[in-house]
Amino acid sequence: MAKKEYAFYPGCSSQLKASASNYLVSTNSMCKSLDIKLTEIPDWNCCGASVGYCEGGELPRMAINARNFAQAETHLPGQDIVATCAACWLGARESKERLDGSAQLMKETNEALAAAGLHYSGGANVRHMVEVLIEDFGYDGLKAPMKKSLEGIKFAGYVGCQTNRPFGIDGESFENPLYLDKMVETLGGEALTKYEQKVTCCGGALAFSEPEKSQKQIRDIVESAYDHGAEMIVTPCPLCQANVEVYQSEINKKQGTKFNMPVLYYSQLMTIAYGGSAKDAGLNGQLIRAEKLEKIAGK
Amino acid sequence: MTTANQSANLGALERYRNNFLKEVEANVEEGHMVKMCMQCGVCAGSCPFGPHWEHSPQKIFMMIRAGKRDEVLGSDSMFMCTSCYNCMVRCPRELPITHIMHGLANYAHRLGIAPKGQPTREFATLFWNNAIKKGRVNELTLTLRHYFRGGLVSGIKEAMAMQSIGLGLFLAKRLNPMEIFGGHGVKDLKGFHAIIAKAKEIEDRKKGFTA
Amino acid sequence: MADNKFAAYICSGCGIGDAMKVPQLEAIAKKEGKMAIVKSHPFLCNAEGVQMIRDDIANEAVTHVCIGACSRRAKTEAFQFEGVAMSRANLREGVLWVVAAGKDHDEVRQEMAADYIRMGCAEVKKMTPPAGNTKESSSKRILVVGGGMSGMTAALEIAAAGYEAVLVEKTGALGGMAAQLWKRQPFKEPYAAAQETGVAEMAAKIAANPKIKLHLNTTIAETSGAPGRFAVKLAQESGAVSEETVGAIVQATGFTTYDMAKLPELGGGQPNVVDQAGLEALAMATKGGAIKRADGKEVKSVVFVQCAGQRDETGTHLSYCSGHCCGTSIKQATYFKDQNPEIDTVVMYQDLRVPGMGEDFYRSAQERGVIFTKGKASTVTGGDSCNVTFKDLILDEESTIATDLVVLATGQVPNAGVDLEAWNPVVTAAEGGNEEAKIQRDAMRTTSVLKLNYRQGPDVPQFKHGFADSHFICFPYETRRTGIYAAGPVRRPMDILQATDDATGAALKAIQAVENAAVGRAAHPRSGDLSFPTARLEGCTQCKRCTVECPFGAIDEDEKRFPVFNEERCRRCGTCMGACPVRVISFENYSCDTVGSQVKAVEVPDEDEEKPRILVLACENDAYPALDMAGMARINYSAFVRVIPVRCLGSVNTIWITDALNAGYDGVMMMGCKKGDEYQCHFVKGSELAHYRMSKIGDTLTQLGLEPERVQTQEVAITDNARVVKLINDYVAELEKLGPSPMKGFG
Ligand code: SF4
Ligand code: SF4
Ligand code: SF4
Ligand code: SF4
Ligand code: SF4
Ligand code: SF4
Repeated sequence: MAKKEYAFYPGCSSQLKASASNYLVSTNSMCKSLDIKLTEIPDWNCCGASVGYCEGGELPRMAINARNFAQAETHLPGQDIVATCAACWLGARESKERLDGSAQLMKETNEALAAAGLHYSGGANVRHMVEVLIEDFGYDGLKAPMKKSLEGIKFAGYVGCQTNRPFGIDGESFENPLYLDKMVETLGGEALTKYEQKVTCCGGALAFSEPEKSQKQIRDIVESAYDHGAEMIVTPCPLCQANVEVYQSEINKKQGTKFNMPVLYYSQLMTIAYGGSAKDAGLNGQLIRAEKLEKIAGK
Repeated sequence: MTTANQSANLGALERYRNNFLKEVEANVEEGHMVKMCMQCGVCAGSCPFGPHWEHSPQKIFMMIRAGKRDEVLGSDSMFMCTSCYNCMVRCPRELPITHIMHGLANYAHRLGIAPKGQPTREFATLFWNNAIKKGRVNELTLTLRHYFRGGLVSGIKEAMAMQSIGLGLFLAKRLNPMEIFGGHGVKDLKGFHAIIAKAKEIEDRKKGFTA
Repeated sequence: MADNKFAAYICSGCGIGDAMKVPQLEAIAKKEGKMAIVKSHPFLCNAEGVQMIRDDIANEAVTHVCIGACSRRAKTEAFQFEGVAMSRANLREGVLWVVAAGKDHDEVRQEMAADYIRMGCAEVKKMTPPAGNTKESSSKRILVVGGGMSGMTAALEIAAAGYEAVLVEKTGALGGMAAQLWKRQPFKEPYAAAQETGVAEMAAKIAANPKIKLHLNTTIAETSGAPGRFAVKLAQESGAVSEETVGAIVQATGFTTYDMAKLPELGGGQPNVVDQAGLEALAMATKGGAIKRADGKEVKSVVFVQCAGQRDETGTHLSYCSGHCCGTSIKQATYFKDQNPEIDTVVMYQDLRVPGMGEDFYRSAQERGVIFTKGKASTVTGGDSCNVTFKDLILDEESTIATDLVVLATGQVPNAGVDLEAWNPVVTAAEGGNEEAKIQRDAMRTTSVLKLNYRQGPDVPQFKHGFADSHFICFPYETRRTGIYAAGPVRRPMDILQATDDATGAALKAIQAVENAAVGRAAHPRSGDLSFPTARLEGCTQCKRCTVECPFGAIDEDEKRFPVFNEERCRRCGTCMGACPVRVISFENYSCDTVGSQVKAVEVPDEDEEKPRILVLACENDAYPALDMAGMARINYSAFVRVIPVRCLGSVNTIWITDALNAGYDGVMMMGCKKGDEYQCHFVKGSELAHYRMSKIGDTLTQLGLEPERVQTQEVAITDNARVVKLINDYVAELEKLGPSPMKGFG
């Protein structure tokens, strides 16, 4: 039996051939090393993400999230729901807290769920994968399966918004959370703890609709990583990863910068440190290749 | 509570006359917290897109209290929110600012007075429709629709400008061209749609919108 | 009187013996200090060391003790010998810990220690142990002036502590402003709703309390005397006059609201524009029912205009914030909302200031739906529909609100009586025979609250904006008239809760004052001091400087214009002693001689030795502790300085300076507390006077052919331990550059 079991909520972007599919690949490898069993919530649906509010409104968003909870509650009783995507975690956890806090909303939500013969009774915690790692395993626990050190690589830990606010991870400060830095150090890498853009917004979903404004944010994030001597950026959020990686070429083109900074998931770092191959870590999915990591993986 | 049978906007207007704050309290997500703002300005100074907005959350809340219904519901500021939650964690009065901004955007959108052609409003609509169509987001159709929202010609231009990114993602196996024909989805689509329809019905009933 | 016998005890503990030659110090005490007994001890402050001294006092009839050990601020309990005069030579904090360690500095260290021993011996010889002055007949009753919330609280607290209170109220009922309120701001959990004022209950308690004597319809006709023996003539409205003897006075005369008529632009005087007091009257009239305007119309909308005539930067109205009025408007807004939530209630503020738990109350009003608008009103027009035109400070635009009623949040104007700064010139003119001034003086006197017959004027001095005096930083309630304490809004703007706290504090201070007066003890900051100043009147030239400069109005004049010291009013600061040009004022243990002899005891090396000597006169309240703390932190300073603590820079007599310069000192540095509006001087004016006097010393220096840099005055705070060192070292460097004093060798 696996050491720990969780009801897994992968979210849309982590699906095969979606923008964060490398996240999913590396998460699976990482979990194998840590002896974590993730069981996908049967027939899960989209969380509504952060822009869902506009058309979706309040109750429909609660309802679709509650549908996932109901599925987990029924099919994976007793297991915490774990999300890898920041927006999924946030959307789900927020829905859950609101439902738990209001009998009225709970009633209305269940009224909607009943349309599909479902019911949600308020169980199932909603957690982020990072929370699970830090709270259930601890930094020492994360060190245990290590086979290789990430020594010699300088990482800027970019936490972004939604894995940080409004819930936070492990009670860390919103202004200067340190968990990513601690994870990097756990794996033997050099964490650039003074990196000051670690909680700057990347523009989120507005990278699409307000590209100029978002790209200004992204530019700050990457530039500061360079200023601090970073060789790679590491992040826990698929939207951050995508925005910060994908738009570098665009910014280069428009502003004549020469950005070429790999942006990795923590799960990719862990996979490599745990002895996984570049493929196990989804490194082939990087737009900007993380050569130094590939080298360690190849050793 | 009576439901206005002509237009939702008029109904809402009639019911509260000048008292916009009360309208917001009744109809906007977390709207009852607007009155608790103490106008400290921390949110305005914390917003990453602050410089691009005409109205910071602080101003929006003041405008609501000043009864400026048209200006608030016609503002594109709420659509500038990236959901970074910076304001919310810093607000000394613990207003759920992000949610209120979302709620206002939704309310303005539903009333049909939100600014036309506001890119985030359009993208968000596309996103939701995309998500509920199959229960999961289809990133490729979402992207294409977004570029083509302004028509074929400008769409091709925008898509061409971004094509290197699309191509890169495609090469990195992170955008699936086959998705245009199908892709991921929820199996119990009927049930899923029924839930949403029911939720929407309840919400509309509560807020006095006609379907 | 028995013969004086002098003894010196030198401690070699705490490392003193390792760094200094104690036997040599003993020899100096014996030979130069002329001490009859000289002993050293390796641990003077332990039981054995102290017993050694006690034995000598008992068996050898020692009357004067010089202790050469740690600072006078250390081991005060161990070194306490009743009836014996004592000086302390500061070898530890003053030498051991501040002179750089090591052999290279042995010589200067030893010289410094030797000088301190010389100084300690010289000082103690000029001292007499203060005899004290117990007064059998001293009164312990306390007069409370003003029967509002502050005054009632003070009287009840005084009585609860077991003392008698005499409560004087000029109107026919207790309660003052609070009695005019429908409700007061919440002062108990959960701070969410206005509460009963409690005036009636307090008045009933006062009526029933045998320890409180109440005079209604009464004002003060005259106050004379001093702590422990104030004689207060009371004038009844009926014309009857009675007299009360009390030991201390609490002045709780409260405030008057700022006159709305001065605010015509904000609608002052127009129909349906009221001030907060006016709104209370409207609320009182309906007792919780719908509030109606003067014209009988029920109020459906109301706008509160905050800071009306307050925080004014144009100089026309009050420049300060009254502190309570934001909370008061919030409270009044809840009168409306609690009666009918549909009433449009707007509070228009620039900054909402809600001290204490007011923030909770503010939130509760927001929850009730009171609209808070950040805006500045420019004009208000009254009438059936009032218009408030304002600038919205968030939306940055001009707007107008139409409303049924406007409430102006005007400020508190203290009832502090006569402003002495205006009074003094009038009195001087009147005494000079100016008839007009005499009329003016008599008119001013009628506005006095206390009608003190003090030489220095009929009321307590005012601090800022006409509020009654209160020590700016250290001692609230404490006025510059010993035994008279100001409490409540008369000393600074405040709300009821703060006023009741204030009154309690002032009551305790008054109790302390009557107890001190009864045994002749000083009040703070020299609490417990039994010494007091006396003047050798044979030498007095009737120059009046002492009378005028005493910060506490302690000195009257007799018919022949000689000073009359009221020791109960005296704080023992020594300012009078510093002022006296003929040096006839002294304390038993602190005088021109105790310090002067120290100045002279120092061995000033010759010019060619290249060892300058600098005299540092350091205020014992802040500067001397700061120097001690520099020692505790082992921050080194020049071994060329010799420090003498003084009670206050105000007590520095210029003779010390001229003596020092004549003796060949290269410079004199004075360190006192901060002066001016934000003073930190424990005696309020001492430091300021010293700076003033020193600014005039230039002539003397020129006469002596000395550069003005040879005398320096510095402001120092108790936290300045690093800075005092820098001041000293910079000064020594500056003087070294200047070269040795030309006076050397003439002394
Ligand atoms: S959550 Fe929205 S409104 Fe708040 S700071 Fe972020 S972008 Fe601005
Ligand atoms: S931070 Fe909160 S209290 Fe301050 S202005 Fe913004 S919403 Fe209002
Ligand atoms: S504390 Fe003072 S008296 Fe005691 S041993 Fe030290 S220097 Fe001597
Ligand atoms: S308490 Fe409020 S209304 Fe009163 S002066 Fe101060 S800021 Fe103005
Ligand atoms: S010692 Fe101070 S308080 Fe006393 S009389 Fe002299 S100047 Fe006044
Ligand atoms: S200062 Fe000295 S000389 Fe002048 S009146 Fe006072 S005691 Fe007399």
